[in-house]
Amino acid sequence: MYTRDPAFWRAGAIASTLFMSAVLVILAVNSLDAITPGGSHVPLYDVINNQISYSYDSARGEYVPKIGGQELLFNHEYSETEAKALIGKGKMVIQSRACMDCHTFFGNGAYYAPDLTRAWLDPVWAEYPGTKRGDAMAAFLMHPFRLGYHEMPNLHLSRDEAQAAVAYLKWMSAVDTNGFPNGFGVAQAK
Amino acid sequence: MYRSQRLALRYLTAAMVLFGLMVVFGILASIYYVHPTFLLNTFNFNTAKILHINTLIIWHLMGFFGAVYWFLPGETGREVEGIALAEIMFWVFCAAVAIVAAVFIFVQYGASDEFSMWFINQGRKYVEAPRWAAIGILAVALVFGYNVVASAVKSTRRSGILMVLIFDLIPLVVLYLDAFPAMTDMSKDLFWWWWLVHLWVEATWEILIGCIMAWALMELLGTSRRVVESWLYVEVALVLGTGILGLGHHYFWIGTPGYWLGIGGFFSALEPLPLLGMVIHAIYDSGTRHLRAGNRPALYWTLAEAFGNFIGAGVWGFMMTLPQINLYSHGTQWTASHGHFAFWGAYSCGVIAVLYLAVAGSRERKALDGRAWKWSFALLNLGMLGMVGGLLVAGMDQAFFERALGGSTWGAFIALQHRPWYVEGMWTRMGFGVLFAAGYAMLMYDVLTIGKRRRGEAEEPLKEAAA
Ligand code: HEC
Ligand code: HEM
Ligand code: HEM
Ligand SMILES: [Fe+2]
Repeated sequence: MYTRDPAFWRAGAIASTLFMSAVLVILAVNSLDAITPGGSHVPLYDVINNQISYSYDSARGEYVPKIGGQELLFNHEYSETEAKALIGKGKMVIQSRACMDCHTFFGNGAYYAPDLTRAWLDPVWAEYPGTKRGDAMAAFLMHPFRLGYHEMPNLHLSRDEAQAAVAYLKWMSAVDTNGFPNGFGVAQAK
Repeated sequence: MYRSQRLALRYLTAAMVLFGLMVVFGILASIYYVHPTFLLNTFNFNTAKILHINTLIIWHLMGFFGAVYWFLPGETGREVEGIALAEIMFWVFCAAVAIVAAVFIFVQYGASDEFSMWFINQGRKYVEAPRWAAIGILAVALVFGYNVVASAVKSTRRSGILMVLIFDLIPLVVLYLDAFPAMTDMSKDLFWWWWLVHLWVEATWEILIGCIMAWALMELLGTSRRVVESWLYVEVALVLGTGILGLGHHYFWIGTPGYWLGIGGFFSALEPLPLLGMVIHAIYDSGTRHLRAGNRPALYWTLAEAFGNFIGAGVWGFMMTLPQINLYSHGTQWTASHGHFAFWGAYSCGVIAVLYLAVAGSRERKALDGRAWKWSFALLNLGMLGMVGGLLVAGMDQAFFERALGGSTWGAFIALQHRPWYVEGMWTRMGFGVLFAAGYAMLMYDVLTIGKRRRGEAEEPLKEAAA
């Protein structure tokens, strides 16, 4: 019978591999478009000049970030080029200190510390009005304090590095992640 | 013995040494969870985790290289082509690993500049090694690929297994290029990062271990090549047929479009099928031989691989692969539970099975048995089950309370740290980790001594088989 011949199964293996790879490539092209800053899901870097919030969208049935009016970070209005450079620096801070081996970003990383996807919008930081929030977070990153069970170590961030990391977190909080994390900030909302 | 097989023994030895270091760093990393100020600001949690998961990747790669160098001469009927270069690369590999480990331990992290990326720490999970070392690993992998391809070209025997292995090596190496970039956009960074992580462990590595276990089964049980090869092709068809688009289960929440929820959920939910197929294959093959293989430890570790792959990867993965669950289980201790069980079942058990085949071969024994391997088998698997059990309970608690009810804020995270089920899970993981370490010590004792003992003891199962 043909099923007893390995060649039959080999043909199946080759066909399924090629077909699925082709589908993946097509989807990847489409997805990369959506996740390029300015695409349908990821905002331009200059979004850090704006107010950002996160709320339930009943049409989509999930939580969605909303971009509001101007709310400057560090009292400076960044052009897209400046913002890109700052956030690029923020990424290098995040990689060089290996934040991801303690924290998760979009839920990816380590489980020792809180998820940072919407850290910018955390109720703890929301206590600081307007432009004060960025300063408070930068101060924390330079000299972390303990709120919970275990504390974040001092990773010797310079002021520039801390501000770049904060800008990164603000930009990231405006990425549309299909509703993750669900209900962020609602349970603690006052 | 071929030179290639002596190199294989060296690779397997290095793999076992790194396995030991990995266990040490794992236990170290688990202490931070139960002792809040442990080594704070001296040797932070992330350094321990980096050392744990990087030794994890490296010892498995070394185990795979060792397995292939072990079986390749038998498969092609000749010494491996370019073996001298391969022997040099082994030392290059070891030196690179030692230097990177020393830098991780003593330097830990650098400033936010390119220098850190090239020489200290790239800070991307699993591929934290600085770029110079990643280039080294790439060179080692390329020489390995050359060895396999050139040996196949020079040989008159080109089996189906060997051809599958060769085709698998291409994506395996190409995907590793993912270890270099530092993209600003986190969504893009993670998009490509998952090609490396998922398409390694749920596609290319599965095929690689499939080839290795195919050789192991033929050597261990004398299963016919036609049967083994047909199974291998079915496995490739199903693993890649489901696993390539199964990649989508990591694209639910990283900024990628919503269609991935359906595509990723559907295809990854089918991923357990080939793993179930492998269990059936292993049961069938060993059943037809009434579990009578001369090399008892290798047989048991082979069966552990089949079951562990199905349960750890297939069942544990399936549990949280649908987006409706994953929205809450994502990035919790539940993930860690699955990560441990899947790596252990799918890959570690397979490497240990090959280790026992190599031990028997190098000591010119057909049969291996004794008491120590049973202890290590029991302790390692019990230790692993205890760890993943504790993590599963902690992870479910985290999914429900921190994620679903708490909304994943800092406050919700803090509240979780005081919840009894979570705390107990962290202690359980540490306790069973120590049990696991005892199993590792027993394993090392056994592989160093088994088959060197009185002949009578080692030959016992043969008598049993004859009876
Ligand atoms: C060694 C582990 C570790 C590393 C590395 C680390 N953190 Fe933290 N981080 C923590 C812990 C633990 C907490 C929670 C402290 C508490 O609960 O008191 C925390 C809290 C935070 C918070 C406040 C929580 C929130 O949700 O807003 C922010 C922001 C933060 N970290 C950002 C960073 C950044 C950025 C980096 C990298 C530059 C980083 N962390 C590296 C362990 C770490
Ligand atoms: C002595 C036993 C072990 C202990 C105590 C241990 C402990 C740990 C700890 C504390 C982490 C960090 C998790 C986090 O970020 O919160 C971790 C991560 C990990 N370990 Fe282990 N480990 C052990 C053995 C193993 C083994 C044998 C394997 C695989 C064969 C393994 C694979 C992994 C993987 C894949 C991760 C990353 C998981 C993730 O981040 O999702 N570990 N381990
Ligand atoms: C040998 C095979 C497998 C191995 C070694 C493996 C290992 C891992 C590891 C280490 C992670 C954590 C990744 C990280 O964030 O660092 C992970 C995540 C995941 N795996 Fe697997 N896995 C395997 C197979 C599977 C299968 C077959 C499924 C589904 C049926 C699956 C479903 C998942 C899911 C859904 C996640 C994401 C968890 C989250 O959202 O946090 N895995 N896997
Ligand atoms: Fe996956």
